[in-house]
Amino acid sequence: MISPVTMRAVRDSGAVPNSEFLLEVEGVRKTFPGVIALDDVSFRLRRGSVHALMGENGAGKSTLMKIIAGIYTPDSGSFKLRGNEIELNSPLDALENGIAMIHQELNLMPYMTVAENIWIRREPKNAFGFVDHRALREKTEELFSRLNIRIDPEINVGELSVANRQMVEIAKAVSYESDVLIMDEPTSALTEREVEHLFEIIRALKAEGKGIVYITHKMNELFEIADEVSVFRDGHYIGTHKADEVTRDDIIRMMVGREITQMFPKEEVPIGDVVLSVKNLTLKGVFHDISFDVRAGEILGLAGLVGSGRSNVAEALFGVTPATSGEISINGRAIDVKTPAIAMRHGMAFLTEDRKDTGCFLVLDILENMQMAVLRDRYVKRGFVSEAEVARECERMREALRIKTPDLNERIENLSGGNQQKVLIGRWLLTRPRILILDEPTRGIDVGAKAEIHRLITKLASEGVAVIMISSEMPEVLGMSDRIMVMHEGRVTGFLDRAEASQVKIMELAAQ
Amino acid sequence: MAMEQMTQPVQRLEKPRHRRKMPSEANIFLVLIGIALVFELLGWLLVGQSFLFNRQRLVVMILQVSVIGIISVGVTQVIITGGIDLSSGSVVGLTAMVAASLAQTSDYARAVYPMLTDMPVLVPVLAGLAAGAVAGLINGSLIAYTGIPPFIATLGMMVAARGMAKWYTRGQPVSMLSDNYAAIGSGIWPVVIFLLVALIFHIALRYTRYGKFTYAIGANMQAARVSGIDVGRHLIKVYAIAGLLSGLAGVVLSARAISGQAGMGVAYELDAIAAAVIGGTSLSGGVGRITGTVIGTIILGVMTSGFTFLRIDAYYQEIVKGVIIVAAVVADQYRQRKRRKA
Repeated sequence: MISPVTMRAVRDSGAVPNSEFLLEVEGVRKTFPGVIALDDVSFRLRRGSVHALMGENGAGKSTLMKIIAGIYTPDSGSFKLRGNEIELNSPLDALENGIAMIHQELNLMPYMTVAENIWIRREPKNAFGFVDHRALREKTEELFSRLNIRIDPEINVGELSVANRQMVEIAKAVSYESDVLIMDEPTSALTEREVEHLFEIIRALKAEGKGIVYITHKMNELFEIADEVSVFRDGHYIGTHKADEVTRDDIIRMMVGREITQMFPKEEVPIGDVVLSVKNLTLKGVFHDISFDVRAGEILGLAGLVGSGRSNVAEALFGVTPATSGEISINGRAIDVKTPAIAMRHGMAFLTEDRKDTGCFLVLDILENMQMAVLRDRYVKRGFVSEAEVARECERMREALRIKTPDLNERIENLSGGNQQKVLIGRWLLTRPRILILDEPTRGIDVGAKAEIHRLITKLASEGVAVIMISSEMPEVLGMSDRIMVMHEGRVTGFLDRAEASQVKIMELAAQ
Repeated sequence: MAMEQMTQPVQRLEKPRHRRKMPSEANIFLVLIGIALVFELLGWLLVGQSFLFNRQRLVVMILQVSVIGIISVGVTQVIITGGIDLSSGSVVGLTAMVAASLAQTSDYARAVYPMLTDMPVLVPVLAGLAAGAVAGLINGSLIAYTGIPPFIATLGMMVAARGMAKWYTRGQPVSMLSDNYAAIGSGIWPVVIFLLVALIFHIALRYTRYGKFTYAIGANMQAARVSGIDVGRHLIKVYAIAGLLSGLAGVVLSARAISGQAGMGVAYELDAIAAAVIGGTSLSGGVGRITGTVIGTIILGVMTSGFTFLRIDAYYQEIVKGVIIVAAVVADQYRQRKRRKA
């Protein structure tokens, strides 16, 4: 194995070994506590090519990318750069060895100029050791003309459009003479014309012999720009094909082609009247014209890729980020949901997507975590909390949900993810909701707890609760839902009944 | 809801961990004892007398910390929400002036309000409390409705309230206060008021919805909002209470000094914050108790009293105080990091 330092020395000497593949990853495995993110994954990037990575959310694309960019270290497997085995220990290691990542959330400093951002840490200096601004400008202009980018190098990055910032990021990556560039959904914030410009630049980079790892959810882009495509599913490598030898359907099949192995305890329960009715709900720039009904006892699945606006709709329903127009009615009465408190008064409950950020009070104990929502309208007399009563209710909830903890006075941060999730579900069940919105109710928790939560959701539906369940896991959506609403880029692209729904159909609606 | 039907025997997979938590105050209390013993020892060695067994010294010490103590009860609550209140010292100055100006006797020819002399003692007290509460209300509203950081909002109030205190009488002290008013600050009364305030808010934080919501907001503001808590309104309450308590401190201080001066309470906010932090209140929010703050206040008092007793220069006192504050926060950070790893 060659150390990054040696490798860099070889590179600097100009004696770049010529190998067909820029990058060869073999048998890579990466686990996180409780999750296998990547298992026996292989991937090869040719010189002068664009290699697309595809897969559902959580398929392992991002993890692989982060390994290539030196952000994660793999647990096992080999990693070859230009034919030489190498171990990257940091993003800086990767950068100095010619691997650059263009981040989705752009990492530029808004109050520095374009040129300063590109050459940061490597500014040309004059005789006194100060930054030579003229040389800085000239170097940037040279770089831009090579890439056919038209941006003033001395303007502050903060004044640029998202598309132009992305160009700057790409130029920065190229300025390191990187020959592996990783782009993570680079077009997600670009207009059609900007995408065209980006593709021009990508083609120019290809012509220079660079390799580009291109992550996307968009099929049409894939066929326009990619030479090869690798598909991942559930942390496994499925296969690699030449882009002109596969069809859209092949790829969708590869992405979803999995048996539903887990059993979902779905019961047929009588479906009641419409409880929640949403009409033309819109949050400008985020989602548009969302209309749907949910009935008592019904589980409505909400499918779509990350960024399709699913969670935003849930947040609007619950008043976290109120919608700008449209109508929400509960039991036939229109209500203006401006705050979560109003939503709760009308029987709604909302389990958020992010346990840590918007769910748990990490430094508080389980008891306090569980009672926090219900205290708004129960178990309080003249301002004083009826401790004994609420503790009894929480204890009951703990038993019903089988939360594994010896003591409700334990801090919630000491529980496993699954148990934390159960505490949060308990928090909402104490409020006795009639409409339950669940955003990724089983994300990142182990299989056992998952099954218990599924059983619980079914049980609640059978008691007449209307459930809206957002999930990125296809088997979960298919197994649990009575009906599935699919979203794509802020719009509803279709509804599927339980009988007709399949992974392929959902994928077709979700990734148009 | 028929959750009861789901009730089944719980599998106790995890063994109960017998990590009977010692209240975090126990540690701070030990620190207090330690510091007191060090002074006791040094007393015998350097001065030839006991530090602790001197009734008069202890009384003076407790009296000195009472005013800071009253403030720090409010500041603790603000810090638990994840905020900070820099305005308390200035609010003490302002409320001392306002209260004193309504407590003057008619014997005095140059009273601030010649028509409002010889008022019942309740009038200046309520006026002082109200002035403090209004200052806190403004702090809270700024934070809740404009979204500016508490540091900035209360920094502005710190400067403005001090200015108002000076403007109130064009810098003149307000003296010749009634005996009834002066009684509030004499004898053991300041201590009684401090302990009463501490008890009330100890109960409020532990047993009321107000307390639970205060911790929730500090632990995770976003989660508190999603749980239906009106975060803005609650923050206004907390800051108003902190202002009210600063007002109370202003009343007690002016009664004790039997005069109101615009320069009263300078830098008290720092002592109050220090007391809370030494007492285990975490600046990152969600953690803290009034009992800890009371002990923290007494630690500060013991140190001041001890240094004076040993005839050590005031300069050194401040240096050591600074070190202790930083050490308390470092210890807190260390504790949190350890907890996260566990």
